[in-house]
Amino acid sequence: MSELIFEKSRGGRRAFAQAPVEAGSLSIPEKFLRDDKPRLPEASELQTVRHYTRLSQKNFSIDTQFYPLGSCTMKYNPRACNALALLPEFAGRHPLGPVSHGQGFLTCMYELQEMLKDVTGMKGVSLTPMAGAQGELAGVAMIKAFHDARGDNERTEIICPDAAHGTNPATATMCGCVVKEIPTRADGDVDMEALKAVLGPKTAGIMLTNPSTLGVFERHIKIIADMVHDAGGLLYYDGANLNAILGKVRPGDMDFDVIHMNLHKTFSTPHGGGGPGSGAVGVNKRLLPFMPIPVVSKREVDGDTIYDWAAEDEIPQSIGRLSGFMGNAGVLLRAYVYMRMLGRDGMERVAEYATLNANYLMARLRDAGFELAFPERRASHEFIVTLKHEAKEFHLTAMDVAKALLDKNFHAPTTYFPLLVPECLLIEPTETESKETLDNFVAAMIEIARAAREDGVEYKEAPYTMPVRRLDDVKAARELDLRHVPEQA
Amino acid sequence: MPFIPHTEKDTREMLAAIGADSIEDLFDEIPAELRIDHLHEVPEALSEMEISRLMRERAAMDGSPLCFIGAGAYEHHIPTAVWDIATRGEFYSAYTPYQAEASQGTLQTIYEYQTMITELTGLDVSNASLYDGASGLAEAALMAVRANRRVKSGLVLFAPGVNPVYEHVAEAIAGSQGLTFEWLPVDATTGNVAFDQLPEGRNPVAVVMQQPTFPGTLEDVDRLTDWAHAEGAFAIGIANPMTLALLKAPGHWGEQGVDIACGEGQPLGVPLSSGGPYFGYMTCKQKHVRQMPGRIVGRTTDLDGNPGFALTLQAREQHIRRSKATSNICTNQGLMVTAATIYMSLLGVDGLAQVGRKSHENTTRLVEGLCAIDGIERLYGGPYFHEVALKLDRPVAPILKALADKNILGGFDLTNDAGTDALLVCATETKTAADIDVCIAAFAEAMN
Repeated sequence: MSELIFEKSRGGRRAFAQAPVEAGSLSIPEKFLRDDKPRLPEASELQTVRHYTRLSQKNFSIDTQFYPLGSCTMKYNPRACNALALLPEFAGRHPLGPVSHGQGFLTCMYELQEMLKDVTGMKGVSLTPMAGAQGELAGVAMIKAFHDARGDNERTEIICPDAAHGTNPATATMCGCVVKEIPTRADGDVDMEALKAVLGPKTAGIMLTNPSTLGVFERHIKIIADMVHDAGGLLYYDGANLNAILGKVRPGDMDFDVIHMNLHKTFSTPHGGGGPGSGAVGVNKRLLPFMPIPVVSKREVDGDTIYDWAAEDEIPQSIGRLSGFMGNAGVLLRAYVYMRMLGRDGMERVAEYATLNANYLMARLRDAGFELAFPERRASHEFIVTLKHEAKEFHLTAMDVAKALLDKNFHAPTTYFPLLVPECLLIEPTETESKETLDNFVAAMIEIARAAREDGVEYKEAPYTMPVRRLDDVKAARELDLRHVPEQA
Repeated sequence: MPFIPHTEKDTREMLAAIGADSIEDLFDEIPAELRIDHLHEVPEALSEMEISRLMRERAAMDGSPLCFIGAGAYEHHIPTAVWDIATRGEFYSAYTPYQAEASQGTLQTIYEYQTMITELTGLDVSNASLYDGASGLAEAALMAVRANRRVKSGLVLFAPGVNPVYEHVAEAIAGSQGLTFEWLPVDATTGNVAFDQLPEGRNPVAVVMQQPTFPGTLEDVDRLTDWAHAEGAFAIGIANPMTLALLKAPGHWGEQGVDIACGEGQPLGVPLSSGGPYFGYMTCKQKHVRQMPGRIVGRTTDLDGNPGFALTLQAREQHIRRSKATSNICTNQGLMVTAATIYMSLLGVDGLAQVGRKSHENTTRLVEGLCAIDGIERLYGGPYFHEVALKLDRPVAPILKALADKNILGGFDLTNDAGTDALLVCATETKTAADIDVCIAAFAEAMN
């Protein structure tokens, strides 16, 4: 580990050019003031710049490594998206500023809503949710509000496949619903008999990801939609894997009632070391009155087009506000720039080449002797390798491969998710990676497995070349050390 | 092809390896009746040059008005180094640090952030941040219900100084989990809580208070925290972190300090950017750490015994606990926290205090100038930090419109919230004396 910024501190140092030099006295009574001095770092500008630059160099990132993290769509984040979202007028715009000083921003937001409606086949879009999980919360809240508005108060059950992202059941609970889990068949599709058994008068809805978290397209989606609708429930689409079908199939055409999109996945806004995300939601006609606010609308006033916040009576039964202002507005601007740069044809190419890369990588790994979880199926934009035989025969686990890959300068795929496939790696290359990168990754996988099988190499202590060796997670949780406390002099 | 590196030869070779004739074949498991031929509303592609021009034109439409609005988001000077470093690809394009060994940069930055924010708030532990201040309060209310187990009422009381939007957001996020929210009575002269009218025996699970208050006053948070504890409730304190270099830390309010502090982190180096992305901070007492939502980073050791950092206490989270998780949240606002950490490192506590003092001084100059105009007076008396509510003798909207026409955003229209013609103004350290005088003159003219 690098020295902490606090350990580099010396009393009286700071970046003097950055804060006002002169400042008057405070006319605030003493009882409101603090009498202790919080220990923030005391460092020069150069020390701070050097410290955080060096820390950045201890990260793997898309800009520096192949990052095939399944379900996360770690594609290239175009630099222009960031630069244009941070133009001084956009960066400096106050969220409560008048629409007279926001027509540029609001135009972008309105057009983004329209484009997202087109690519998803939904009738309305609200951009406000700040992450996929908040989009899910908005979606399930809308489903509940829809039933409640009809006096259908007994519908409290949300159905989730066992392969679902953990956020799905967690969201259902947050919305006051009960989760009904249904199993997946060996071919990766939903078990229709099990679905039929849980559907009933208590069904509020079902949450599905399609293509699923297993990396395959749910082929019976139309039948599922009819079954759920016939039972009085609604369909929720988890947009985590939208990248796989962009411009090919639309959730609206699959009869989903409400969806969220992960703009930080499909539309390439930055993952930022764990956020910000952005989880815009789309709805069909019957959920339009329930959308979260704010939403941008367009009006004609005296022959001029004005973009403005939708009035309350346009969304009369809104589930309300999910953020202090308008969600992750700057992230939305980045997604807007990305979509305009791709255009209509570019968006279809996203799904095509993401799918090509995934199927190519899957074929190469299968040919190299790795077992696929669903060998009879096409990959969508991701696929699953299971190491259950390697684990049994020569103690090579998914965790070992993940750590060994780090030493070969590749970020690891997602490990141990979905939970129902043993020793699994969920691999998503994305469309922005070249064939050479994929070939190099295959070579690394082959070498890791060969060395384990033929040379008895173990990776229990890998990685060896990272800034730290394998970390003690048990100690981290048992002996909690969550902040720096200076040693007593 | 924009952002796609494949040559025709690559594509041919890859299809051959797959055993497919065309890319189209790869979609053959999707039922034909679901397929679409084309998108219709998405326009044709723009080059980087073209989109740059378009976005510059759009940005120019928004302009760079002189802004005296606060109301929960504040314009501060952001040192150049903050976003220069935060947008380095290694921070910008990394993800959640699941592979800790390959994510020590992000992890150590968050650990340093956690340290700084616990220092400012005077509490023991911090998470790695939540989406924003408003949604963070909803999470704090839910956390209070989990941690304050003896109280089953689900009743959360809000002091009148809490940002009204925060209450709306808490209602939208937490309302379906059996929580109810009510406002405490307000003292019309001070704008603060009416201590002589506090309800008795309501058995609240938590009492939420804000310092400085939404209309800019300073609340007697010591007394209110003690009252909350006497009622068996958790005290939840919302504070603007920028003010905490000077104002009393929530961890020290009253006899015992608040149980949970949260708030909007935007003033710490995050651009206004039309409302986001920002970040919500959350800190609490050590004994409640297992009920905290969101990611937490801990320091541990590696196989060689050297120190390093990892995500910890993950057993609380959705990817492990699924329907029994403390929250569905699975991201923090990593990039914003990186920026805030660099901001706090550059300014230090003395620099942060200077920003606060200068903002206080500027706001005083603005308020004194405005109150010298006929028809403008302070809505509430008493001390303030860097934001003040003003009462006007006429409707506010036309006045603000007249100022906006001169490219001045004269404040936040408080009329709906205050129930009278009122305005909330703020002048941060970014304003010069000349800026403030221009604003005062524009008000004088509009009120004339």
